[in-house]
Amino acid sequence: MRRRIRPQITDRIATATLYLVAGAFVLLLVAFVGYFLYSGRSELNFKFLFTEPAFSTAGGGIGPELFNSIYLVFLSGLISVPIGIAAGIYFAEYAKPGRLTDFLRLSIETLSSLPSIVVGLFGFLVFVILTGWKFTLMGGALAVTILNLPVIARTSEDAIRSVPESIKEGSLALGATRWQTIVRVLLPSALPGIVTGIIIASGRAFGEAATLLYTAGMSSPRLDFTNWNPISATSPLNPFRPAETLAVYIWKINSEGLVPDARQIADGASAVLILAVLAFNLLARFLSRLLGRRFGGSRS
Amino acid sequence: MDKVDACGCADPVVETDRVIVRTEKLNLHYGKLQALKDIGVELPANRINALIGPSGCGKSTFLKTLNRMNDLILDCRIDGRVYIDDVDIYGDIDVVDLRRRVGMVFQKPNPFPMSIYDNVAYGPRTHGTKSKTVLDEIVECSLRRTALWDEVKDRLRASALGISGGQQQRLCIARTIAVDPEIILMDEPTSALDPQSTLKIEDLMTELKKSYTIVIVTHNMQQAARVSDNTAFFLIGEVVEYGPTSRIFNQPTEKRTEDYISGRFS
Repeated sequence: MRRRIRPQITDRIATATLYLVAGAFVLLLVAFVGYFLYSGRSELNFKFLFTEPAFSTAGGGIGPELFNSIYLVFLSGLISVPIGIAAGIYFAEYAKPGRLTDFLRLSIETLSSLPSIVVGLFGFLVFVILTGWKFTLMGGALAVTILNLPVIARTSEDAIRSVPESIKEGSLALGATRWQTIVRVLLPSALPGIVTGIIIASGRAFGEAATLLYTAGMSSPRLDFTNWNPISATSPLNPFRPAETLAVYIWKINSEGLVPDARQIADGASAVLILAVLAFNLLARFLSRLLGRRFGGSRS
Repeated sequence: MDKVDACGCADPVVETDRVIVRTEKLNLHYGKLQALKDIGVELPANRINALIGPSGCGKSTFLKTLNRMNDLILDCRIDGRVYIDDVDIYGDIDVVDLRRRVGMVFQKPNPFPMSIYDNVAYGPRTHGTKSKTVLDEIVECSLRRTALWDEVKDRLRASALGISGGQQQRLCIARTIAVDPEIILMDEPTSALDPQSTLKIEDLMTELKKSYTIVIVTHNMQQAARVSDNTAFFLIGEVVEYGPTSRIFNQPTEKRTEDYISGRFS
């Protein structure tokens, strides 16, 4: 008689293997984040975060770059969130199965798999050259929107689809129109999922470099943080100025930095970037859970 | 004076034998499959009309033709006439208005993931009621009429998902009557509930028929016998027999009805 491995043992091996794989992921993340935090630890202070970079001396900060990154994410969100959610609603509720829908879906999927450097070059041709804007924050935001849009559209669609059909029927049966049903029942129920998608997309935009090299540029004008007039050239709020973001700055200072503490600054900036992306993800989880409780209902 | 009258949101007018729903040669196809064949029934107002029959016999489909929920299904084709108050509801009418007048309670309780208050206020708000006092009144009244008020009045702002299944179903009924419909369709409203909650809903139906016409699909023969005034027996898309519940259950004229009711097939 042939001896077979007993199912219980197979089960145990499978369990152990899966735990190992899961553990490896955690270890990888911890090691990664830990390494960057450790090497950048000397720069994790307010002075570094809020002062201007220096050109040839040591001790420069990343203030404007950090601001640019945040502002860029915000601007890109202004464009990508409404359009992305609208696309999600369309795919979840209006698109009828057929050639056109398949084609639209394929387009969105292709868009989401475009290499970011290609999107950058496209942005350069369109938002920099064609519009005559030169390197601008707005051009960068638009280019990043191209990357974000498919993510937000996709997560919105999934979130709306995951609302039980019975709830939708309940609303329609009360005499609500399709649009009322979408706005008053589907979107609130889907909000946790949609918010998660937006924040994850924002996190990616925050760390994006390749797309921005050719669109938002690799320099930042002298910014006067007391000037809040959005059309003034030195105002940080002006979207039509070049704006080097944090991720781009890391790349630049690593490859062509002239300051003696370039390595330190790159390490510090990387640590800040990683912490920010981490914060984005935690915020996504937190908000999603909070909204889930708000609309999904507490059990009291 | 009972609470319903005290609350004063509807004055029960019991009309006798006024036909409110009438169908003529109603045929319905899902693609090539015929789900309803030549249905011609007349349902009286202020009565509980039960639709019974084995699974897949078309009784739920028929129910959904009455508020045009079948419109949502692709491939669904309807011929024939359905009159509600002598108006052809497949003619030139507003579906939104139809669904306000013909409410529906589903098999599984489906409260919206929002507060108890917002669930009941959903319908009136959707139809344009903004005044808080009016809404407060409608909510209290609807909850009282479904005997839910005393159970939930202290937590109107809590999520509707936190109450029991039976309470959720009564909330769904409250939500339906909040828009003051004429007809309430119930699609196996107690099949997901325990016996006690079922009993409460049945009592409620008897109470509600003073003001509304109820059409209920049920798998539970005893339920049909207990609560309904009239019963229609469906089999493979046809109405085999329709009449007063006591007659259908005691002296069915059709052999097939008798077989089904005595449990010879299901």
